[in-house]
Amino acid sequence: MKKTLLILTRNPLSLLGLFLVTVIVLAALLADFITPFPEHVGAVVDFANFNQPPHWPNIFGTDLVGRDLFTRIVYAYRISLILAAVVLIIAVPIGVAIGLAAGYLGGWTEYVLMRITDIFLSIPPLVLAMSIMGLLEPTLTNGMIAVTAMWWPWYTRLVYSITRSEREEGYVLAAEVIGASKLHIMFREILPNCVPSIVTKMTLDFGFVILIASSLSFLGLGVQPPTPDLGSMVADGAKYLPDSWWLTVFPGLAILFAVFGFNLIGDALREILGGDA
Amino acid sequence: MTGPTLRIQDLRLGFKTWSGMVDVLHGISLHIGKGERVALVGESGSGKSVTARIVLGMLQSMKSARISGRLSFEGIDLEKLKARDRHQLRGTRMSMIFQDPTSSLNPVYPIFTQFREVLLRANPTITEPEARLKAISALADVAINEPERVLDSYAFQLSGGMNQRVMIAMALVNNPSLLLADEPGTALDVTVQAQTLKLMSDLVEQHGTSVLFISHNLGVVREFADRVYVIYKGNIVEQATTDQLFANPQHPYTRALLKAVPRITGGGIPDIPESTSGFLDPLIAHAGASEKELLS
Amino acid sequence: MSTILSLENVSKEFSVNGRRTKAVDNVSFSVEKGECLAIVGESGSGKSTIANMILGIYGATVGRIAFAGEVLPDRREKHHRRAIQLVQQNPLSSLNPRRSIGASLRLALDVHDIGQKSARAARIGALLEEVGLEPDYARRSPSALSGGQRQRVAIARALACESELVVLDEPTSALDVLVQARVLRLLSELKARRGLTYIFITHDLSVVRNIADRVAVFERGQLIEIGTTEAIFSSPAHDYTRRLISAVPVVSAEEAELRQHIMETQHA
Repeated sequence: MKKTLLILTRNPLSLLGLFLVTVIVLAALLADFITPFPEHVGAVVDFANFNQPPHWPNIFGTDLVGRDLFTRIVYAYRISLILAAVVLIIAVPIGVAIGLAAGYLGGWTEYVLMRITDIFLSIPPLVLAMSIMGLLEPTLTNGMIAVTAMWWPWYTRLVYSITRSEREEGYVLAAEVIGASKLHIMFREILPNCVPSIVTKMTLDFGFVILIASSLSFLGLGVQPPTPDLGSMVADGAKYLPDSWWLTVFPGLAILFAVFGFNLIGDALREILGGDA
Repeated sequence: MTGPTLRIQDLRLGFKTWSGMVDVLHGISLHIGKGERVALVGESGSGKSVTARIVLGMLQSMKSARISGRLSFEGIDLEKLKARDRHQLRGTRMSMIFQDPTSSLNPVYPIFTQFREVLLRANPTITEPEARLKAISALADVAINEPERVLDSYAFQLSGGMNQRVMIAMALVNNPSLLLADEPGTALDVTVQAQTLKLMSDLVEQHGTSVLFISHNLGVVREFADRVYVIYKGNIVEQATTDQLFANPQHPYTRALLKAVPRITGGGIPDIPESTSGFLDPLIAHAGASEKELLS
Repeated sequence: MSTILSLENVSKEFSVNGRRTKAVDNVSFSVEKGECLAIVGESGSGKSTIANMILGIYGATVGRIAFAGEVLPDRREKHHRRAIQLVQQNPLSSLNPRRSIGASLRLALDVHDIGQKSARAARIGALLEEVGLEPDYARRSPSALSGGQRQRVAIARALACESELVVLDEPTSALDVLVQARVLRLLSELKARRGLTYIFITHDLSVVRNIADRVAVFERGQLIEIGTTEAIFSSPAHDYTRRLISAVPVVSAEEAELRQHIMETQHA
């Protein structure tokens, strides 16, 4: 514990990461309390106040229908974090289980599973997501399905390579000689040794999932209006640069800080946990 | 130059860690005369390996290492040397061979490339044909029958014994004054180890090289070394000539070590008590073998 | 004395890069209950392959291995596994770094349903004490233990299954001199107390001389010579055995004399 705190606080970058992530998570949790116009998340218009540059009480300005940008950004954070969490909660167990099975069981199982993984990995992520969204309706749920579908292979690959090397270790041999079942060896012996890398990668992925989701929304897939989404906001506001700069700059910075913050925390975690991610 | 090839005086090493200072060496002193073979014997954690690395200057770059004491090589004070000059000594005037030969050689380059690197250190203007000739002659010295084939091979294609001989050849090709050998042969089969050690023995005799031989294997030390220093937990506890030490070990730690070695003549498994009382008793130097006597 | 393990005409071939190599070539020998049989050889001798076949890690290409009269199938059942256990060479890798010592020991008890579930913690404590460690070591992680202590845990793990036959693959080769002596003594005491049979694989002949009842010498997959320790060391029949004995670095003049004597009796 002491070592963890020391690593986290000694490095100014990891402190920065910790700070950014804490701010974002708190903002998302306390959105209802810290935003001046929570109702602006919905289909509200206020044409008297639209397209205003930053001023009090709209510290980030207002959008084209008069909604407070700050409020919408904070709520967008909440939605992004939930999206990321849901994607990871589904994608990670699937990817990890496939990686463990392929890495430990070998033979045909390994061949088939890894070829499937390779297929998914060979399609550019955004293209895959777009194809899935094209087949289904563009909604938040479907957006999550699309991102999950393209996310699990990265965990498979990570866990597969760790499993392959751990398989040769003495403790695995010992468990086999004792007569432990294959399931036990995969999940109770090898998996704990993959956890540091998995956790590190998950932390980094929070930022990346947000980025991908934003990209999808930027393209018009993913979250639909009036639900706020950082990517959509950037897309909508891009047409009005450089005059109404706040429409793009603040959501853009929000994406940047999220990805940056999670990356920094991920780096610090890698040092603390010693994983391979 | 009449002084010792290597002289270490009151060497201390500590590491700064999360939980404070960890002292590894508590002031060890030893020396090696010209052409002498000196063994540093101890178990793991005794500090024998870090001592060799300090001599080579490899530990000094670690930020957390705190080193004090005097180190002189052929009369030159090593700590006063600039990093660059110290670096120049490595591979040329002093070289080292390691425990696991196959993993000490770079797997992605053929043997010749690595040989040439070593030769370039001593002679930056050496041409490739000259280097090849020198390498072939060095490999012949270590009884390798097909030097051309070995030079063009990769480390993983050769056996452990072969790689060990290649390493010895590379370490001696520039005719260093001092050879540091860290548990050489430990990773090898016993018959191969015996051959390799004999080879090393003949070669260092030929070249007049001084050797610092680090080992935990008392049998090997007995066969190879002229003088022995026994190290326990960062302290030298006994020093003597090989004959003196094995005939009449005096320090409790040395006695325990010798008692613990099983004999091929039988005698059962030795009974070593759990207690380590007496292991930290002060240094015992046998008659005529103390630093003072030998260096006066 | 009854035979607890026998190998009959056992051979093992591997396919390496398309080429077939014979790691073990037509080996037959048996192990008596309660003895310590040393298997000695250098790299390429096939000793590890034989150990792996005995342990059921893979099957033989040709030949049979029988335990207590019953032929062992390639795919072992639980009761086979329980009867034959292993102590490995490398104390660093033989314990899962992410599980506590107690968890590693408990595995054997859980897999074979040994004792009441509620009593297993106590059993683990007793096992640790039997190998000379404090019972509360169960809570520790392997990284907190020294090499010698880890090896003791590995021994405790082999005992947890209450097996009759223990294969020890270079169990003390990675340990310091003093620790090795203590662990060897522990192994010897345990064998006597529990009536175990040991197959002790090693390259260290001086250990063999003092711990084994019989010695089997292997070279390049073949059984060169097998006999009592006394016989092998006083008058080895085979030149390879002589070479092995004379290559051992020794610490006393008496041993040097023995080596000299052995070399001189070499066939011309």
